[in-house]
Amino acid sequence: MTQNPTRNIMLHYPRKLADKPIISNLIREYDITVNITRARIDQDEEGTLVIEISGKKKNIDAGLDYLRELGISFKPVSKIIRRIDERCTHCSACTVVCPTAALSISDRERMEVEFVEEKCIGCGLCIPSCPYMAMEMIE
Amino acid sequence: MAKTIQEINERIKKKKACIFTAEEIVGYVNENGLKKASEQVDVVTTGTFGPMCSSGAFLNFGHPSPRMKIQKAWLNDVFAYGGIAACDVYIGATEIPDDDPANKIHPGRFRYGGGHVIEDLIAGRDVFLRATSYGTDCYPRKKLDTYVNIKDLNQAFLLNPRNGYQNYNVAVNTSPKVIYTYLGILQPHIGNANYCSAGQLSPLLNDPYYRTIGIGTKIFLGGGTGRVSWEGTQHNPTAERGKNGVPTEGAGTICVIGDMKQMNTRFIRGVSMLGYGVSLAVGIGIPIPVLDEEIAGFVSVSDADILAPVVDYATTYPKREPGTITKVSYRDLKSGTVTIRGKKVPTGSLSSYPLAKEIAVTLKSWIQQGGFLLSEKVESIPGPESGQTFKPLVIRPEGGDES
Repeated sequence: MTQNPTRNIMLHYPRKLADKPIISNLIREYDITVNITRARIDQDEEGTLVIEISGKKKNIDAGLDYLRELGISFKPVSKIIRRIDERCTHCSACTVVCPTAALSISDRERMEVEFVEEKCIGCGLCIPSCPYMAMEMIE
Repeated sequence: MAKTIQEINERIKKKKACIFTAEEIVGYVNENGLKKASEQVDVVTTGTFGPMCSSGAFLNFGHPSPRMKIQKAWLNDVFAYGGIAACDVYIGATEIPDDDPANKIHPGRFRYGGGHVIEDLIAGRDVFLRATSYGTDCYPRKKLDTYVNIKDLNQAFLLNPRNGYQNYNVAVNTSPKVIYTYLGILQPHIGNANYCSAGQLSPLLNDPYYRTIGIGTKIFLGGGTGRVSWEGTQHNPTAERGKNGVPTEGAGTICVIGDMKQMNTRFIRGVSMLGYGVSLAVGIGIPIPVLDEEIAGFVSVSDADILAPVVDYATTYPKREPGTITKVSYRDLKSGTVTIRGKKVPTGSLSSYPLAKEIAVTLKSWIQQGGFLLSEKVESIPGPESGQTFKPLVIRPEGGDES
């Protein structure tokens, strides 16, 4: 059975689902490993949750179908934070605030900052830390 | 045998000059030695790109009709100094708009300021000029509101009083709270160490005693050409030095000048430092003629041989108290972690090594194509023999000359 790599998704759930144990169901019913990396409840009691999920592809597909049936919209987190490449100078100021090393330097000769979108949890800390305003949220 | 700048320029004109960047020369000297390097290599190009707050631009707009003695001016709502001749102003890199909340809600964002106005002008974008004056018989106009564009200005040149710092502090934060500094965001309990130098590529680190870089030296500035016009403010040639002559703390600085109309926003950008303010990132490249073995030795300095002081920006630095926690090399800083007080600490840089390298490579290609000749300095900037230091300000609220 193929094991999917870990991926980050952002869930947006409406007020009527705020009291449902959705994450618990994902774990227990679908055998998905879930790590909550960011959670926010707005004033109107609508919620946003960023979760890192991993597990068997079959289970993840079924779990995501379950979310769809409930009416929860979701999208990969990498689509939330964008780097404006022409503004990035590869200084590396962002690399010390990024909590997941989504922004990091792997080649220490070239010293270029890579943005590994799969590792991004959409926390947005890189945005104000960038002196050149190269990072933006497109939520 | 020693070479002269004239001889090197003759080879440049014939496109026969041998040129390396300050990064490439390290390996060449390791393989071939100083004697061969001094014979074979004509020029080593350096580069640096990072926020340099002591920067700004002189602009001349020409006279409106009727004429005006601009007293106060704002460019895109950022104040520009008008206390000079009628339609000249100076806009400083760190000026912020009058209505910017600054750090009233800490940390302030500082999304736009003088550095960004300079970037907008160089990008060729229209900038809104608002000016006021008291009016005179010869200059009657009291108000002015107009868009301006760099292509219509008579002169637009950068004059940066302190750039190209020869080495600099590595900033850390020993306090339990996040702090926001001109060296970036510093996490509590020495959570990160931020630095700002191109290390082995940086101009003055390759000419530690200012043998070839001096007043009049022709340079790469912001994508165009410029000159070193003076020693920079806070120039401190008597800073502590290692055995190789390279300062192990902030030392020499240069004042540079250059035509903004030649510049390119790839190499000059507005900067926003969270909780600190705005600035201007400046790209500078300086060619160093390899006149003899001593210079070959200087330009072959590598990141491993350059040390920088680690300073606490939560306690000793703001209080202006002495105290260096330790010294670390640029090789270690560039590796991504340094050891401070026994702890592995991630490093971040405010200056861009890739752009510093691109500047050194660009300058190398300009020289290779014969379009950039080296200049002889017309005067030296003070070296260690001058005894010149960087003095602090002694506060004395009483006791002026009258008393």
